[in-house]
Amino acid sequence: MERRTLFGGRLLPAVLVAPQLAITVLFFLLPAWRAFSESVQATDAFGLNTTFVGLANFRTLLGSPVYQAALLRTVIFCAAVTVLSMAGGLVLACFANRGIRGQSVYRVLLIWPYAIAPALASVIFVFLLQPQIGLLSNVLARLGIDFNYATNGTDAFGLIVLIAAWKQVSYNFIFYLAGLQSVPASVIEAATLDGARGFYRFRTMIWPLLAPTTFFLLVINTVYAAFDAFALIFALTGGGPGSSTTTLVVKVYRDGVINLDLGGSAAQSVILMALIMVLTTIQFRYTGKRAT
Amino acid sequence: MNRRPDYLAHAVLIIGVLIFIFPIWVAFAGATQSAGAINRGDLSLIPRLSGLPVFIHALGFGNTAKGGVPIWHMMMVSALMALGIAIGKIAISSISAFAIAFFRFPFRMVAFWLIFITLMLPVEVRIIPTYSVMSDFHLINTFTGLTMPLIASATATLLFRQVFIAVPDELVEAAKLDGAGPMRFFFDILLPVSGANLAALFVILFVYGWNQYLWPLLVATNGRLDTIVLGIVQLITSDQLTPWNLVMAATILAIVPPVFVVVAMQRWFVAGLTEVDK
Repeated sequence: MERRTLFGGRLLPAVLVAPQLAITVLFFLLPAWRAFSESVQATDAFGLNTTFVGLANFRTLLGSPVYQAALLRTVIFCAAVTVLSMAGGLVLACFANRGIRGQSVYRVLLIWPYAIAPALASVIFVFLLQPQIGLLSNVLARLGIDFNYATNGTDAFGLIVLIAAWKQVSYNFIFYLAGLQSVPASVIEAATLDGARGFYRFRTMIWPLLAPTTFFLLVINTVYAAFDAFALIFALTGGGPGSSTTTLVVKVYRDGVINLDLGGSAAQSVILMALIMVLTTIQFRYTGKRAT
Repeated sequence: MNRRPDYLAHAVLIIGVLIFIFPIWVAFAGATQSAGAINRGDLSLIPRLSGLPVFIHALGFGNTAKGGVPIWHMMMVSALMALGIAIGKIAISSISAFAIAFFRFPFRMVAFWLIFITLMLPVEVRIIPTYSVMSDFHLINTFTGLTMPLIASATATLLFRQVFIAVPDELVEAAKLDGAGPMRFFFDILLPVSGANLAALFVILFVYGWNQYLWPLLVATNGRLDTIVLGIVQLITSDQLTPWNLVMAATILAIVPPVFVVVAMQRWFVAGLTEVDK
C-alpha cells in the first residue's frame, strides 16, 4: 500500500533519513564488507603480510571436523530450544485462554521473564547449580546424581538448552496467547456442539488456525537460539568444558577475540550472515508480514 | 452456566509460574544470607529479614579486579545506555520512516533496503570487523561507542512506516489545508496518533538496551563503562571467591528495572510486540 497524499521537497527527506543511513553504513555495512574482504585473505603469524587466498578460508573451515561439530551442535541446540520453549509457551497459552478466573494475573506472572537479560539468567542458574554451593546440585547429589556443568560436557549442553528455553517460553506464550485470542469463538462453539472435546478439538480445529503463528515462532526461536543465546552460553560456560557448548556464534568470538584467527573468524562471520539472511528471507517471504 | 473452577488449568498455570519464579526466589533468598553460609552449601529458601540491607550494601560493592567500579555506577551506565538506545532508535527510526512514507525522493527505495539489511547483520555475526571499525573511529571505551552503533533499527523503521502508511490521507490533507508544514505535521499529528506504538516500542527497546551483553563486552574494556549485566557476569567468572550474597543482590537489582517496565506497560507491550515482530 502506498499513500497518495505526499509532501514535496527533496532536501528535507534526505536530511531525515541521513542519521539512520549514516549509522547503517558505518556500523553495519562497513564491518560486513570488512568481514567479506578478510574472509578471502590470509594474514601471516606476525600480522605483517596479507595475501589474497580466495575461498581457501572457507574450504579449511568447512572441511574442519571442529567446525562441523560446532555446526551440528548448533543445529541440535536450536532444535531443542525451539521445541521446548514453543511447547511450553503453547501449553501455558492454551490453559491461560480457557476463560478462568485470574487470567490477567496469570498473564503478568507468565510474561515478565521476557525482561530478564539472557546473561543474568545464566548467572541465576549458576547459583542454583554450581557444583559446590548450588541448591539444586546439592539436591541432585543427595539423589545420587552428579550434575556438574563445569566438567561434564553433556551436563553443560543440557543446561544451556534448559536456560535458553526457560528464558524464551514467555515470548512464545505471548504470541500463542495472541494467536488463540484471535481464534473466533464461533469456531470453538461449533466444534463443541459437534461434540469435539479436549485434545481432539485442539488438534483438528485450533492447531491449524495457529499455523501462521507457529511458523513465525519457528523462525524467530531459531534465530534466538542461533544468535541471541550467545550471551547466555558465554556467561555460563564460555563455550566449554572443552568445546561442548561452543555453538557457531561462540566459536566466532573464541576464534576471533581470544585466538586472534582473523581470517578464519571472518569466514565464519560470512557463513553466519548467509545463514541469517536465509532465515530472515524465509520469515518475510512466508509469514507475509512487515515487508513491502 | 455455573461451572466448577477449571482446576487443571489453574494447576498447569501455577506450575508454569513457579518454574519462572523459583530461580529468582532462590536468588532473592540467597542475597539475604551470609556469604559464608552460602559457600558452605547451607542455603535456606527462607529469606533472612536481617539480611535485607544487602540490597543497599550491594550498590556500593564493586569488582576490585577491574578497578572497583561500584554496582550503582554500573546501574547508571545501564540506565543511560538503555534510555539512549530506546530514545535514539525511536528518534532516528521515526524520522526516516516519515521520510520514506511521506516523500518521494531519489533513491528512496535504496534507502529503505539499506535500512532493511541491518536486520540481517546482528552484532553476533560480525564481531571482529565491528570491533575494528569501532577502534578506527576511537569509539572503544566511549559512551557514544556503547550506544550509537545499536541505534540503527530496521524493526522500528518498518513498524513506524507501517503505522504512518495507515494514517488516513484526509488527515494529511486537513493538516496541509491548515498550512502545516511537514515537520509541524510530524510532531503535532503523526507522533501523537502513534502513541501506543511508541510506548510498545519503548518497552521493547529499553529491555533490549538494558540486557545487552556482547556489545559492552567488546566496547567497555576498562571498567568505567561496565554495564550491570556485564559487571555481574565478570563478578562470577573472576578467580576470587565469589561473594554470592552480594552478587545475587546485584542480580536482583539488575532485573528489576526491565521487569518493572514490562509489567507496568504490559498492555501496550503485549499488543506492540505481536505487532512489531510480525
